[in-house]
Amino acid sequence: METKNIMIVGVGGQGSLLASKLLGHLLLSRGYDVKVSEVHGMSQRGGSVVTYVRYGDRVCSPVIDRGQADFIVSFELLEAARWLPYLKKDGVIVTNTQQIDPMPVITGAAQYPEQLVEKLNATGARVDAFDCLKLAEEAGSSKAVNIVLLGRLSHYFDLPEDAWMASLEANVPAKFLEMNKKAFQLGKNS
Amino acid sequence: MSNHKELMLGNKAVARGLYEAGVCFISSYPGTPSTEITEEAVKYDEIYCEWAPNEKVAMESAFGACLAGRRSFCAQKHVGLNVAADPLYTMSYTGVNAGLVIAVADDAGMHSSQNEQDSRHHAIAAKVPMLEPSDSAEALAFTKEAFEISEKFDTPVLIKMCTRVSHSQSVVETGERNVPLKTYEKNIAKYVMMPGNAKKRHPIVEARTKALTEFAETTDLNRVEMGGTALGIITSSTSYQYVKEVFGDDASILKLGLVNPLPEKLIRDFAARVERLVVVEELDPVIENHVRALGLEVSGKDLLPMVDEFSQNLIAETLGQPVPDFRTLDEAIPPRPPVMCAGCPHRGLFYTLKRNNCTVLGDIGCYTLGAVQPLGAIEMTLCMGASIGALHGFNKMLGKESEGKTVAVIGDSTFMHSGMTGLANVAYNQSNSTIIIVDNSITGMTGHQQNPTTGYNIKGDPAGKIDLEALCRAMGFERVRVVDPYNLEQCDKVLKEELAAEAPSVIISRRPCALLKYVKHQPPLTVDTEKCIGCKSCMRVGCPAISMKNGKAAIDNTLCVGCEVCSQLCRKDALVSHRKEA
Repeated sequence: METKNIMIVGVGGQGSLLASKLLGHLLLSRGYDVKVSEVHGMSQRGGSVVTYVRYGDRVCSPVIDRGQADFIVSFELLEAARWLPYLKKDGVIVTNTQQIDPMPVITGAAQYPEQLVEKLNATGARVDAFDCLKLAEEAGSSKAVNIVLLGRLSHYFDLPEDAWMASLEANVPAKFLEMNKKAFQLGKNS
Repeated sequence: MSNHKELMLGNKAVARGLYEAGVCFISSYPGTPSTEITEEAVKYDEIYCEWAPNEKVAMESAFGACLAGRRSFCAQKHVGLNVAADPLYTMSYTGVNAGLVIAVADDAGMHSSQNEQDSRHHAIAAKVPMLEPSDSAEALAFTKEAFEISEKFDTPVLIKMCTRVSHSQSVVETGERNVPLKTYEKNIAKYVMMPGNAKKRHPIVEARTKALTEFAETTDLNRVEMGGTALGIITSSTSYQYVKEVFGDDASILKLGLVNPLPEKLIRDFAARVERLVVVEELDPVIENHVRALGLEVSGKDLLPMVDEFSQNLIAETLGQPVPDFRTLDEAIPPRPPVMCAGCPHRGLFYTLKRNNCTVLGDIGCYTLGAVQPLGAIEMTLCMGASIGALHGFNKMLGKESEGKTVAVIGDSTFMHSGMTGLANVAYNQSNSTIIIVDNSITGMTGHQQNPTTGYNIKGDPAGKIDLEALCRAMGFERVRVVDPYNLEQCDKVLKEELAAEAPSVIISRRPCALLKYVKHQPPLTVDTEKCIGCKSCMRVGCPAISMKNGKAAIDNTLCVGCEVCSQLCRKDALVSHRKEA
């Protein structure tokens, strides 16, 4: 099979590393060759961050390039727009509608673009946008945005729910497991 | 855990290789992207691990441990190897007792670095072998192989990682640990490098390089993957993965795992089997120059850039292959640069420096972000410890013109790494300099590593603790002040006093990193929109938790930690504290 590509994008500190760890674990358990590429260090400090998850029969490059992503999973709306050129022609953007102002917007040097969901749709891209923060808070923690997003992403995969749950159990501390399971279901059923 | 398949970070795979190779001693200084090698290795109880104050001390300690007969290791980022170059170049002459392996992680693309240097030059200049894995499985296997080479050829061995290998997870198969031990034997001619002895060692180094070149011709570390013969590509590391992604079996590939010394016959034979020869390597044309020196016709940097990291599309476009179409948005997307975290203790200090129109010579750490707008307070950053050396030279030349307004800013870990010698110079050669140590009680940027000022070791157990105030006084500084960077008035007063003083001084700006688990946060501030006049005074500190909404300040309660630096700037008392007294 051709290598499939999932990009996870967001703002440093939003929990994208856990999301990629879960996906990597899940896909490996399904017998795929998997590569996950992360960003550490300077760019984590509130900057734009991106993680690449690739799977297939044999994965070579650890990164995803322009026009290659089957899915862009975005924790923040502006970041979904920033990484649009990486989306494959028939790829899907699964994004949180939360908006976090970057420093140039905070200082007034730049504007946060308006109506980004509509503008993304207008490019012909498939966009699945919803308020993950609200659902995460409903599940019990604003930090569960990552799991809400994965729940939504699971719609697009032909994988048994057990496999997703097993990956959750293997990667989330026991005391947060129930909350995360709830977050997953809320995302899935949203 | 034998023969178990799992997804593993490249750095963790190196750590696994160290475990399986029977390594007993690891000393490193953290540096992105190398840090997790040591952080993962410390999880194996069989390996003694430590954070050293800098890379030079780490490498010398590892050398001592290998002399003692135990397989040893140290890791650093590319610029860290510059610091450790001094012991490395002469360890090449002494050789080793038990195996000694050194990992160096380059950062093409400068994700978290101040330059984009290519570490292969160090391997060539120091005349030591260098292995370059292209994924996690190779990171594990090459680490083990490096120890065999080290002991067989009596040499330290470098393993060159890069961001994409260090920080990518791929599938590895793990094995068992095997611990070969050696005994220490006195050997002055081999281990005391004074001229008489070193002169006898140098020819041994040259002979060793010859033997390693022979080894390079036949080792499995280098392999030929024959495919289509119209194009032959010589490559290594993550570049190999991009090439393989683009060409699959359509091109022939000579994949080099041993990048110093390079083979000759293997390359000539490969070149003879293909119509067109291209070298694909990130950064400098090291392999390419070698191929040219063999008199072969080759392309490389005439096609591919010397800067930044590569990707599959870059390789495809350069070598005439199709790349996928993509969509763009007709909209200006504002950049999202990294910023100091909400509640970062550095913020209040940099605000104070900016207010006082100080010229700030900076250093390496999270606080380098003091150069970013709206603070824009740092005017120079070079390398670890340079702030103090540079301040001394600056003040020596400009005297009164600069002394009253110029400072060095350096973190606690960076000060331990290479700030102390700069401070000794200020004390010794007497410049009227003011040095600010921003002590957040941790090595922050690389992800919270302990250091000699924190009182804890790499495992989090109690350890020796260096008293910064006592250290500065012992060097001869009579003016040593401590401030709380959350207290703007105090910072301002002390800064003014020390800049005005006719003597060198040290200000320690002390407050632990707001991200440390033991740091208790206060409830988020709220905005009294009746009082807020939208003057944006609070915005001057550049806190990501503060923005303007409908002409009034707004606080993001998921980010705010209640540090109250912003509220000290509000003249209308519109930023309301909900502080809980301890």
